[in-house]
Amino acid sequence: MDFFFQLLVNGLSIGLLYGLSAMGFVMIFKSSSVLNFAHGELLAIGAFIFLVLSTWMHLPILLAFLITLVGCFVLGFLVERIFLRPLIGEQLIFVIMLTVGLSAMFKGLLLFIFGGNLHTYPDFLPEGLALHLGAIYVPPVYVASSCIGIIFLMLFGLFFKFSSQGIYMRSVADNQTAALSLGVHVRKVFALSWAIAALVAGMSGIVLGIINGTNVHEISAIGLKVFPVVILGGLDSIGGAIIGGIIIGLLETFIGGYISPSLRDVLPYVILVFILLIKPYGLFGLVEIERV
Amino acid sequence: MDQVRAELEVCDLCLNFGGIKAISNVDLHVETGELIAVIGPNGAGKTSLLNCITGYYKPSSGRIIFNGVDLGNYSTHELTKLGIGRTFQNIELFPGMSVLDNMLLARHIHCRYNFGLASLFWPSVKKEEVRHRLILEEIIDFLEIQHVRKELVGSLPYGMRKRVELGRALALEPKLLVLDEPFAGMTLEEKEDMVRFLMELNEAWGQTMILVEHDMSIIMSISQRIMVLNFGEKLAEGLPEDIQIHPEVIKAYLGETTDLSLDA
Repeated sequence: MDFFFQLLVNGLSIGLLYGLSAMGFVMIFKSSSVLNFAHGELLAIGAFIFLVLSTWMHLPILLAFLITLVGCFVLGFLVERIFLRPLIGEQLIFVIMLTVGLSAMFKGLLLFIFGGNLHTYPDFLPEGLALHLGAIYVPPVYVASSCIGIIFLMLFGLFFKFSSQGIYMRSVADNQTAALSLGVHVRKVFALSWAIAALVAGMSGIVLGIINGTNVHEISAIGLKVFPVVILGGLDSIGGAIIGGIIIGLLETFIGGYISPSLRDVLPYVILVFILLIKPYGLFGLVEIERV
Repeated sequence: MDQVRAELEVCDLCLNFGGIKAISNVDLHVETGELIAVIGPNGAGKTSLLNCITGYYKPSSGRIIFNGVDLGNYSTHELTKLGIGRTFQNIELFPGMSVLDNMLLARHIHCRYNFGLASLFWPSVKKEEVRHRLILEEIIDFLEIQHVRKELVGSLPYGMRKRVELGRALALEPKLLVLDEPFAGMTLEEKEDMVRFLMELNEAWGQTMILVEHDMSIIMSISQRIMVLNFGEKLAEGLPEDIQIHPEVIKAYLGETTDLSLDA
């Protein structure tokens, strides 16, 4: 039974991380209907900026963390400005292909700079952060990532509920034309959703890097996991992304723990197919009925 | 009653989509306090004209001047701040939000307080929010939608949604209100209500309005001036009673028949 709870705790903290990273993806999709195939690379960029700042430049951890987040935010903003804005009004498929290109470009750049090897951060999390719940041991990194995850979720909840920018973002996601008619700066909302998505992705990248070490291929592959997560949760539901992330995280750890570690990367996709057979719009997705 | 200045001058407006001329050389002048209707057969360019005025389309050539300001220099979302509000042919609301929330979003352009004060729950912020809410209540009373103000828009019937959309446009406190087919798809009773609201808006509140509509009997009874478009060109402009007997207009609507004996 202890093994079960150990897996449960691990699964929850990993899942929360998947959910957070998927939230960034959903945000872009909701506001501009763009599927961002470069999401995994955004995670990797966050992890590597943190690597440079913390390990190579020896900045204090908290400072490195904050600078990375700001850097990712600016990067997301610039990506929208430079690459996506010229394509506003073009067919969606062009924009989606552009994100595929971005993904290749970022991956190439990272490989060029850092190579394909595994890099690790120094062990900076104090052992005191670890939790001992009976026989269950929660390593410090899981405690830290869960705390960061929950804090960010609450911050975003407040942001979307109370700040005017957050409300604009929701209005654009709900109905772009109506938002425009009320004087909402739609292009600014697009830029902001890219910036926030990159920020959240970067943060997830850092935590994944702490858990597994950073490797370009691995982290960007984890970024691809947003697809099962968001499709499971419903492509356009932020809450769904979090819950989808937790479900996928739990599935992975339980399958890895009870059946075989080599199955853990495959089975989520298999289960995904079955869920989609039953609920094609995901668990919380908007059922769209087009009337002509 | 002191009227808000709303003068619109459309000069020599052209709009092309590739090789298709949606609007060619259209002029329109709207005075403060006027209620002007734009009519024409399907595909005549009525909605395109409205979209140009509200900034959704950028004209290929020509100028649109509102209260002395050239609208070509502004992007779409800024036009709202200049005082142009609109509704849409196919209702554009936020279906997952309540009527009140839909209308509240329109008030953000009038918000004076900033993020810092708001997060401290400053008293002036509270006062301002109460003021916004009072304005909304006035509009809600006027449109007689008190009973649905907390309902989700998605659950309301079509005619009621049209009314909410008008309410949201009014919440912007626009100087010029642009309405795209406000009566489309309504039942007779809903139309009568809407006519009453628009008449009162124009007469009692002095609201300047441009509207596109197909229902001729309503157009003839409420508008002060009518412009007729056909294939993107201005066919005629004048008082309702003149337009009704204008030979070109009758031809555009009914075809080439010269011998009209509708009364028979």
